[in-house]
Amino acid sequence: MSIELLTLIIGGLTIGAALMVVISKHPIRSVLFLIVTFFLISSLYILMNAQFLAIVNIIVYAGAIMVLFLFVLMLLNLNKESEPKTPKLVLFSSIVASGILLLVLIAAFKDSIKITHVHLPQERNMGLVKNLGDLLFHKYIVPFEVSSILFIASMVGAILLAKREKPIID
Amino acid sequence: MDTGLLIEKLILATLLFVVSLGIAAYSTYFERKLAAWIQDRVGPDRAGPFGILQPIADGVKMFMKEDFTPTAADRWLFILGPGIAMFTALMTSAVVPWGTDVSLFGRTIALQVADVNIGILFIFGIISIGVYGIMIGGWASNNKYSRFGAIRASSQMISYELAMGISAITIIMMSGSLGLNDIVKAQHGMNWNIFYQPVCFIVFFVCALAETNRAPFDLPECESELIGGYHTEYSSMKLGLFLFAEYVGMFVSSAVIAILFFGGYNFPGMDSFSGNTLAILSVVAFFTKIFVLIFIFMWIRWTIPRFRFDQLMHLGWKVLIPLSIINMLLTGIVIAFNEGWIKF
Repeated sequence: MSIELLTLIIGGLTIGAALMVVISKHPIRSVLFLIVTFFLISSLYILMNAQFLAIVNIIVYAGAIMVLFLFVLMLLNLNKESEPKTPKLVLFSSIVASGILLLVLIAAFKDSIKITHVHLPQERNMGLVKNLGDLLFHKYIVPFEVSSILFIASMVGAILLAKREKPIID
Repeated sequence: MDTGLLIEKLILATLLFVVSLGIAAYSTYFERKLAAWIQDRVGPDRAGPFGILQPIADGVKMFMKEDFTPTAADRWLFILGPGIAMFTALMTSAVVPWGTDVSLFGRTIALQVADVNIGILFIFGIISIGVYGIMIGGWASNNKYSRFGAIRASSQMISYELAMGISAITIIMMSGSLGLNDIVKAQHGMNWNIFYQPVCFIVFFVCALAETNRAPFDLPECESELIGGYHTEYSSMKLGLFLFAEYVGMFVSSAVIAILFFGGYNFPGMDSFSGNTLAILSVVAFFTKIFVLIFIFMWIRWTIPRFRFDQLMHLGWKVLIPLSIINMLLTGIVIAFNEGWIKF
């Protein structure tokens, strides 16, 4: 089986799983399909020789963020009766907004469709941690450090928000 | 593709599957015997001499029981839960190096199914998705106790994964590679990481206890509060798979601890052997370390009472994480001095 065919199959499955996220009636099932989507995206990374990126995608997204999603959904009471009615206006405006987003996405990606040949990196060692680290700590050191500051800021912000309410019992 | 390599890896994978399940089955027996010994009882002694056939009897019992699905349960996810739990428990052993190379029929066979260059991260990936079995199973049961168990399991896993990851980073810094094979080779002979990183070992061990849901961290299935926790509604072999996955997980995490801190298959005086003798001795050494660690796991379970949930969170976030971060920073400074990156 050639690598192009494999890429096509996995790409199709990814799109299918991503569609199921939207189509599924139950939120928990949506989240589970989202996890499947992350796994399929990781396998695409592996086909592109980016093992480190693939496994980090699984650890961070499938392993941590989606667990938190499920965690929150399990705490919510998700019955048909307790579901709040969506007003017609909100429904209408959300359709318009997502339609505009679709338009923008098509406009942005319309050129990439013209590239018919899937170019996969031929060098096998390209995605190794060593090369990635070299790039991050030499060529892209400034963006890397700036994004880490962003992470610390958000962490401190989250802790501040969680700690805002003073405990009543001392 | 090389056919010989394919057959060799297939045999190795099958062997690993059988060995993992066999060790998990006999862990249940030894757990009960050990509990009996600690509590001054006899333990299982009816099936076969010394009750040695007890795991088989238990397995047959599990299969013969009625397989019951609650009416309000989510049918597919209810089946998927135990499957994921077992699958993730078995997956981890693929990257573990079990011994030095064996030469058979003129071939050099590495005793490792996949020597991936991100070995340790692969293990962390599998661990982090391991909680889904419990979460999906607990949620699909449609029982409030099951759901409490699932929620507890997920919050516990997320909290302890952080400290576990940071302490693993310390070991990665020491050996300079993510591949498990390189980490083991860096600890040649008696040059084990535990002598350099005792604090890191303690943090990692406590986290491993929490990640495998072993006592004193077995709050997801705490029977005095939650009946059976996430597997309250499960019966027959589905329950069996959940219980079994815990023992497989214990075996695999003992293997990982042995690799990271006790030198994996290395043993003192290994230079005086070579070839297949060395390979056999290294496998024996590795399994001895694993069995000692499994024994410690069980010993802790029958000695220490269960934590309260706030104590668990306190330990995870306010003790283990700061400890592992400080340890990592100190290790980094020492490495920088040794390599001559900073000078006064």
